[in-house]
Amino acid sequence: MLRYSLKRLLSLIVSLAVASVVIFAVIEVAPGDPASFMLGVNAQEDTLAALRAELGLDVPKVQRYFDWIGGLLVGDFGTSYTYRTPVAQMIADRMWVSLPLALYALALSTLIAFPAGIYAAARRGKPGDVAVMGATQLGVAVPNFWFAMMLVLIFAINLRWFGAGGFAGWDKGVWAGIHSLTLPAIALALPQAAILARVMRSALLDILGEDFMRTARAKGLTRRQALWRHGVRNALIPVLTILGLQFSFLLAGSIIIEQVFFLPGLGRLVFQAISSRDLIVVESVVMLLVFAVIMVNFLVDLAYALVDPRLRDRT
Amino acid sequence: MRRNLILGTALSSLVLLAALLSFVWTPYDHAALSIPDKLQTPGPEHWFGTDHFGRDMFSMIMVGARTSIAVALIAVGIGMGLGVPLGLTAAARKGSWLDEVIMRGNDLVFAFPSIIIAILITAVFGAGAVNAIIAIGIFNIPVFARVARGAALSLWEREFILAARVAGKGPARISAEHILPNIANLLIVQGTIQFSLGILAEAGLSYVGLGAQPPTPSWGRMLADAQTMVSFAPHLALIPGLAIIVTVLGLNLMGDGLRDWLDPRIRVARA
Amino acid sequence: MSLLEIRDLNLGIHSYDILKSVHLTVAPGEVVAVTGESGSGKSMTALAVMRLLPEAAHHSGSIRLDGTELLDLTEAQMCRLRGAAVGMVFQEPMTALNPVKTIGDQVMETILVHRAMTRERAEERAREVLTRVGLPPERFPLSRYPHELSGGQRQRVVIAMAIALRPKLLIADEPTTALDVTTQAQILDLLKGLVEEYGMGLLIITHDLAVVSDIADRITVMRYGEVVESGPTRRLFAEMRHPYTRMLFEASGHKVSLPPAPPPEPILSVEGVVRDYPLPRKLFRSQGHHRAVDHVSFALNRGERLGLVGESGCGKSTLTRALLGLEQVQAGRILLDGEPVFSGSRPNLAVRRKMQVVFQDPFGSFNPRHRVDRLITEPFHLLKAQPSGSERRDRIAEMLSAVGLSPDDAGKYIHEFSGGQRQRIAIARALIIRPELILFDEAVSALDVSVRAQILDLLAELCEAYNLTYLFISHDLSVVRTVTDRVLVMRAGQIVEQGETERVFSDPQHDYTRTLIAAAPVLPEIGALRA
Repeated sequence: MLRYSLKRLLSLIVSLAVASVVIFAVIEVAPGDPASFMLGVNAQEDTLAALRAELGLDVPKVQRYFDWIGGLLVGDFGTSYTYRTPVAQMIADRMWVSLPLALYALALSTLIAFPAGIYAAARRGKPGDVAVMGATQLGVAVPNFWFAMMLVLIFAINLRWFGAGGFAGWDKGVWAGIHSLTLPAIALALPQAAILARVMRSALLDILGEDFMRTARAKGLTRRQALWRHGVRNALIPVLTILGLQFSFLLAGSIIIEQVFFLPGLGRLVFQAISSRDLIVVESVVMLLVFAVIMVNFLVDLAYALVDPRLRDRT
Repeated sequence: MRRNLILGTALSSLVLLAALLSFVWTPYDHAALSIPDKLQTPGPEHWFGTDHFGRDMFSMIMVGARTSIAVALIAVGIGMGLGVPLGLTAAARKGSWLDEVIMRGNDLVFAFPSIIIAILITAVFGAGAVNAIIAIGIFNIPVFARVARGAALSLWEREFILAARVAGKGPARISAEHILPNIANLLIVQGTIQFSLGILAEAGLSYVGLGAQPPTPSWGRMLADAQTMVSFAPHLALIPGLAIIVTVLGLNLMGDGLRDWLDPRIRVARA
Repeated sequence: MSLLEIRDLNLGIHSYDILKSVHLTVAPGEVVAVTGESGSGKSMTALAVMRLLPEAAHHSGSIRLDGTELLDLTEAQMCRLRGAAVGMVFQEPMTALNPVKTIGDQVMETILVHRAMTRERAEERAREVLTRVGLPPERFPLSRYPHELSGGQRQRVVIAMAIALRPKLLIADEPTTALDVTTQAQILDLLKGLVEEYGMGLLIITHDLAVVSDIADRITVMRYGEVVESGPTRRLFAEMRHPYTRMLFEASGHKVSLPPAPPPEPILSVEGVVRDYPLPRKLFRSQGHHRAVDHVSFALNRGERLGLVGESGCGKSTLTRALLGLEQVQAGRILLDGEPVFSGSRPNLAVRRKMQVVFQDPFGSFNPRHRVDRLITEPFHLLKAQPSGSERRDRIAEMLSAVGLSPDDAGKYIHEFSGGQRQRIAIARALIIRPELILFDEAVSALDVSVRAQILDLLAELCEAYNLTYLFISHDLSVVRTVTDRVLVMRAGQIVEQGETERVFSDPQHDYTRTLIAAAPVLPEIGALRA
């Protein structure tokens, strides 16, 4: 188990290192010089030079990369070109919207998908299964941002149960924050829940055909007992893989959903940064998102070992 | 479930036909502004109504289908074209450093959801439909590589592959002659699913302005334009949304139907 | 009165008739064996008693357990009965246990699901039964997971689960088919002991007549879903009233006569071959190795039929791959006609041309997308001048006729053939380029006895017609005994004994060979039974 974790950890570090080089390199090839972009075409040469020095653009690229990484490690994300404020502070503010939103959606999607998938597998081929599968087929086809617009139309504009957008902020109380994240979380969660429910069902159906399920029945377990005691935990192995991938889909999806609800999250930050060519912000936000995805997949790898004893002894 | 296949193929063909037809005929010029006709609800004159500039929604949907299908199809092509050879190579050299490099590279690309790739590309080169193609295409590569490798690995264990090796055939020849034809069904099914995911991703990217730019019509941007008017002109949002749903649903049903029809045993990674 | 009484049982799935008017009884303390070839319905009979049939199955007739009509019980009532009154053991111990639960939990589950005792008492009982089946908790703690046990040990856990509540009836469906002969003998002893000790009835399903004659008090022979003959073991073997029983018996002990081997002239020489596999690295320790083949040396003469026997894991598959030149060896040399068989990643066609192989699995050995003509001509790839046109057609036709098929079969796909026909096609593929040497890797192990007998006959015919030289790799001693001139016995990567086949079998020198021969169940001599 220790060996397995260490190996995963090593792979995590290598992935992060390579990802950071890729992101840095892509941003580096961007045409144009941030300093001249900020000061406009008519800027004096010496003012430009001063700004370049201030932004740290005058040192060699390799050193800039290590400065950037070194900064990231101690929480210094540099200074925004446009706002002249620390990027770390900007990201921290927005993070309190994006992260809770992704987690909220992940929780909702799991809470919906697991029972739905198990229910459908237990009633394979019966009307209940057909209904759940039909609903998921539709759920997979619905774009989440369009679904979000429809939620706004129904629950915010017509029924007025929720605000049409914006974020109340956590300082008005946890409930107010959760309330304003509810519609976005539902919009993100339902299409993902549809995928997860399908995966859960098909994983369970695979397990139902295994020899040990027949052994369990021969011991006197009812169909339902066998499904719950022997099926679900084995089905978790493929489901965990998808759950890990889903987190990155939710993160990516939240960038788009934030646009629908005018939420001040990382998505809004990055789009503003793109339009004002504030590349250091883009770079840092992208690195952070990629870090989150890699980290979640690392946790999923560790979770495998908890679910599957065979992995604990292996490499 | 032959029903899935028929319904799915029918829906997908409907969208494809609309896209092809738009090259030669649309009810109106999709770009013609006509302010007096603005915001008409669907009716006999304009089947899907008009937008806030009085443009005919039906024509825009038809032309938009072109964008969606082109982007998603090329992206699947990129993913298959690069991913399948990588996956086959990794499987043929299982356990070697090459396999390790390909699979770790895959993991790395998986850590970049297509919207993040699109953000990076846009930040550097500016927005456009090509960005969407590249972003979605790159994301498709590891998907196909994994599916191809997984399926190929189980085939490499089979005795008919051993027999081919005993007949003196090398890994490349075996991959082309024995492995690829036996995983083709699986790849076709995965291809339809990636196609439908591509349609969704393209819509999302153009919705946030990272995809096709004006004047190229796209379903995602139609939705972005509709957003501020959804309270008084809901058809502006409903119609492009339904177009996306019909297309994706059609492709998914077709994929499921194909899978059951071609081979009930094959498993497709669905994420 | 009988413990289990099956009367006039009919069973169908959709429109297929699986069982037709089956009668069967088991008394307490009695071992009843049901035997027959695949498709005879023997396993379905067992599952019908458990009422664990596929959902589409429909049945009529009567199955009484201790006087209770099982076919009238509700599913809930059946659940109370399964595991408590009837236990069941399955064929595949590797997959019959849940991989993510400990063996203790799985044995205790039988007890707890029936609310038969408290948790503490159930744990104690789990220890008792695991000890009884030969897995004492001192050496095999309840916290072990299935993947930490061998196949035989897992089968013991499955048996422990089945007998934890001391059922009146135990059903064992091919319980030893997936096991090695020595393990098989131990498991059969265990089952016999349990029947005596607990006074259970045992219904054992097996295709192996030798196992049947060894363990059963009474035998039921089935074919195509019908009982063809049944009776007490001794009488049934002595009389064999039904021709099918007789055929089965003869096929099980089928012997062929090979033409005499030519004077020795070495063709394959194996010298001090070592094949290591790297083990998973352990933290802070140097890389370990598993030595699958350990300094193996032998020679094979032209025209000789050599056998290689050993249990699973002894290294015979690894050795086969090394002989075929598919894997590099760590030490030693393998020379075919004086040239090394392994030549790095680029195969040496000149050497490969002299050697072909026939594999075990008649289903996995062929690309399902190719037709028979393309399948059997794949080795043409090895030839400098590849036959084409009429020459190719003629050679295909000749080969198909030689293995007892029709030249018209060339245009068919592999799924149109039965298992036995597929092995014929595999032999045609191996023979088509007239190799100097053919490796038969468990080539008849997956076949029913009657089909196996036919393939062995074919082999003898081909020896006559084509002067075959082959290495016959098998775990089945009786088959190796009849189709080889000389035999190698392999254990833990080493050849422990080699010599002329008859000499090794009648007068084994090594302890392991003796154990192996003693463990293999043997068919009774008909004369001995009559006496």
